[in-house]
Amino acid sequence: MFKRTSAAVLAASLALAAAGCGDTGDDTSSGGGGSKTLTVFAAASLTETFTALGKTFESAHPGVKVRFNFGGSDSLAQGITQGAPADVFASASPATMKTVTDAGDADGTPQVFTRNRLVIAVPPKDTGKVAKLADLSRSGLKVVLCAPTVPCGAAAKKALAAANVTVKPASEESDVKAVLTKVGLDEADAGLVYRTDAKAAAGKVKAIEFPESAKAVNDYPIVEVKKAPQGALAKQFIQLVLGAQGRAALTGAGFEAP
Amino acid sequence: MSRSSRPPWFLLLPALAGLVFLVLPLAGLLARAPWSTLGTRLGQGQVLEALRLSLVSATLSTGVCLLLGVPLAWVLARASFPGLGLVRALVTVPLVLPPVVGGVALLLALGRRGLVGAWLDSAFGITLPFTTAAVVIAETFVAMPFLVISVEGALRAADLRYEEAAATLGAGRWTIFRRVTLPLVAPGVAAGAVLCWARALGEFGATITFAGNFPGRTQTMPLAVYLALQNDPQAAIVLSLVLLAVSVAVLAAMRDRWVRT
Amino acid sequence: MTRDAGAKGLDARLVVRRPEFDLDLALAAEPGEVVALLGPNGAGKSTALRALAGLVAMPAGHIRLDGTDLRPLPAERRRVGMVFQDYLLFPHLSVLENVAFGPRCQGAGRRAARRRAGEWLERVGLAGYASARPRALSGGQAQRVALARALAVEPGLLLLDEPLAALDAHTRLEIRAALRRHLAGFAGAAVLVTHDPLDAMVLADRIVVVEDGRLVQEGTPAEVARRPRTDYVARLVGLNLYRGTAEGGTVVIGGTEGEHTLDTVDSLQGEVFLAFAPSSVALYRTRPDGSPRNLWRARVAAVERQGDRVRVRLAGPPFDAVADITPASVAELDLSEGSTIWAAVKATETHVYPA
Repeated sequence: MFKRTSAAVLAASLALAAAGCGDTGDDTSSGGGGSKTLTVFAAASLTETFTALGKTFESAHPGVKVRFNFGGSDSLAQGITQGAPADVFASASPATMKTVTDAGDADGTPQVFTRNRLVIAVPPKDTGKVAKLADLSRSGLKVVLCAPTVPCGAAAKKALAAANVTVKPASEESDVKAVLTKVGLDEADAGLVYRTDAKAAAGKVKAIEFPESAKAVNDYPIVEVKKAPQGALAKQFIQLVLGAQGRAALTGAGFEAP
Repeated sequence: MSRSSRPPWFLLLPALAGLVFLVLPLAGLLARAPWSTLGTRLGQGQVLEALRLSLVSATLSTGVCLLLGVPLAWVLARASFPGLGLVRALVTVPLVLPPVVGGVALLLALGRRGLVGAWLDSAFGITLPFTTAAVVIAETFVAMPFLVISVEGALRAADLRYEEAAATLGAGRWTIFRRVTLPLVAPGVAAGAVLCWARALGEFGATITFAGNFPGRTQTMPLAVYLALQNDPQAAIVLSLVLLAVSVAVLAAMRDRWVRT
Repeated sequence: MTRDAGAKGLDARLVVRRPEFDLDLALAAEPGEVVALLGPNGAGKSTALRALAGLVAMPAGHIRLDGTDLRPLPAERRRVGMVFQDYLLFPHLSVLENVAFGPRCQGAGRRAARRRAGEWLERVGLAGYASARPRALSGGQAQRVALARALAVEPGLLLLDEPLAALDAHTRLEIRAALRRHLAGFAGAAVLVTHDPLDAMVLADRIVVVEDGRLVQEGTPAEVARRPRTDYVARLVGLNLYRGTAEGGTVVIGGTEGEHTLDTVDSLQGEVFLAFAPSSVALYRTRPDGSPRNLWRARVAAVERQGDRVRVRLAGPPFDAVADITPASVAELDLSEGSTIWAAVKATETHVYPA
């Protein structure tokens, strides 16, 4: 019986090894043959907008492919300081951008290209329990926020402090999407999320604007990475983002002009 | 075994490679650990709180897994009814399901508006998400298959005739289960419980999705590690090392007690 | 049937349907009597034992023990002690705890059960092994513990499934003698399953021969040994057996080619069995003088050494038989397979009994 088990384990591990061998991952070798690949590291909240802008850029620059790496700004910044091959870095917060510039990995000064602000997200079946920021302090109300260590949580903390509202959150989520999931499933009564995220999740949550959000506006800086393999293309992409086309796309997604 | 204590090269080489593969990331953690500030970082209340919560919830969920999983394994190993194969496949679902999806599924089932959760809320005023109970439930969900599969295997390998012998000696079914079946499969149960505990201890995705993250209530070590990783990677390393040290110590101690009978 | 309700001992009709065979066996045993179920492998002996113990369901039949029908009762409520072929001592319990298991299940307190277990261990001569684990025991010791464990529940019926099969030849002799003593001291009925005729002869008061799920012969060991009624039993007890028709001092048996008449001393009429021992067959190179009455020419089919004797298989026509001779005779007769010789058996060496 022992022999049979170990044989099965061996077979399984061999199968895994074979599967691993099959995956040679040659899709990264598309740089050859005259085509160029521009690699953009961008905050997860930019996913929809930047994907659209990338298509625009590709059609304006034949032979150029734009590859995106969307993720949490912090982990992207870490990737860049660890030497990940990025051309452009678009962050959701100046603080994370600072870690890149401090490490000397930025080429030039980062420019703020857009801003995002918080809204109160409530379940679509709105009960009218929440109308303004101060309502979040009501007892019995389940409020979920981002953890203070992630940008949306820092912004929420700032806005609540500015409004002098104390909230006892049911949970401090790891990112905006998690807050939206919980509000969308009606497990939480309210959450603080970026306006763009609420807009992207339209139908699943309802967004309520609040004036105190002005105190916690998030600036999005963009910069060319120092050792950018495609420096020229990086500059052109940043121009596109900063220009009229970029602005239109961003405001369409719920961002604000800087 | 008796032929030679020296393993042959065709097993030794991959074995060593496997070991290196498993230990290398650990070496990475150790190499990058901020040893000089380790003491002050560990002294922070949140670390101990998360550690305590992790140990308590993993142990509780292992308890629940034993309570429900051993009978389930017995049914899978011994009962025969139409659809048994399907049931066996269903038991392994949490293994293949991405834990985050598992968390969402738990919300949909046991959340405030979930299939069963809505009833729990209206009938008893119990809402599970964002509670320590939710942490235990999430961990139980992902860890139970490890116990069930391990115990089922042990039950299949066990000689049924011992149970017959016990019956001829006047033992009823409960006595047989308690005094013969369980002791015979004890090594399998122990191995399953250890796997189960370890899996529960490291659980992240289902927990953060179903139970959320709040220090002292639902923030277990893996959650603390993940959030620390966002802005303070060094703290994340420290937390990981603590989790690692504690779990290795506990597992080693349990192994000594259970496996060497 | 109800008239037996007050009877002591075992009275059973065991009915079990299996894909390979149907078991339908009437079995009775007086209190204190040891009945051996003897039969070839796959004959249904063990199934019969398991039916008695309640480990297989019976679609029909009955099992009355001291007047109570056990059939509707589950195994744990039958008060039937069973010694399994490979003993099945619980590996996780000590020897003492193994023996105390039954008394505990019967509701005895922990201390009372251990005391009783200790007494039984003493009785089987293993008091010194109380705290040992079963895997530390020799085969013979394990068998004795298994016996003590079965007897400690004070059963009304003791079942033994091939109790000596797992032992080597030397231990077997010793353990068989010990088992005989313990069985003699047991007040209830005992049923023993074996495929070894010697075990059955030594241990049992009565032998029940089972073939293909049916009783084919029943009797005391001496009866069975002297008067086999099937080829299987005849082989077991080492006799040449023929079925035929008796008329006065002769028996006509069906040979391999037509009929053959043998002279006997028993004077019977009708259907009979005729048996004679291989050692009573005399072999000659040439037709012997003086002409014994039962003389026939036979072909030597095989010559096998068996201990200090040599077994010669004779093939018909007129009929098959085996003969036991000394190695010296083999050389004298210049026996080889395929050769033809003369065989004779005296009428006084034959034994005829009604079929």
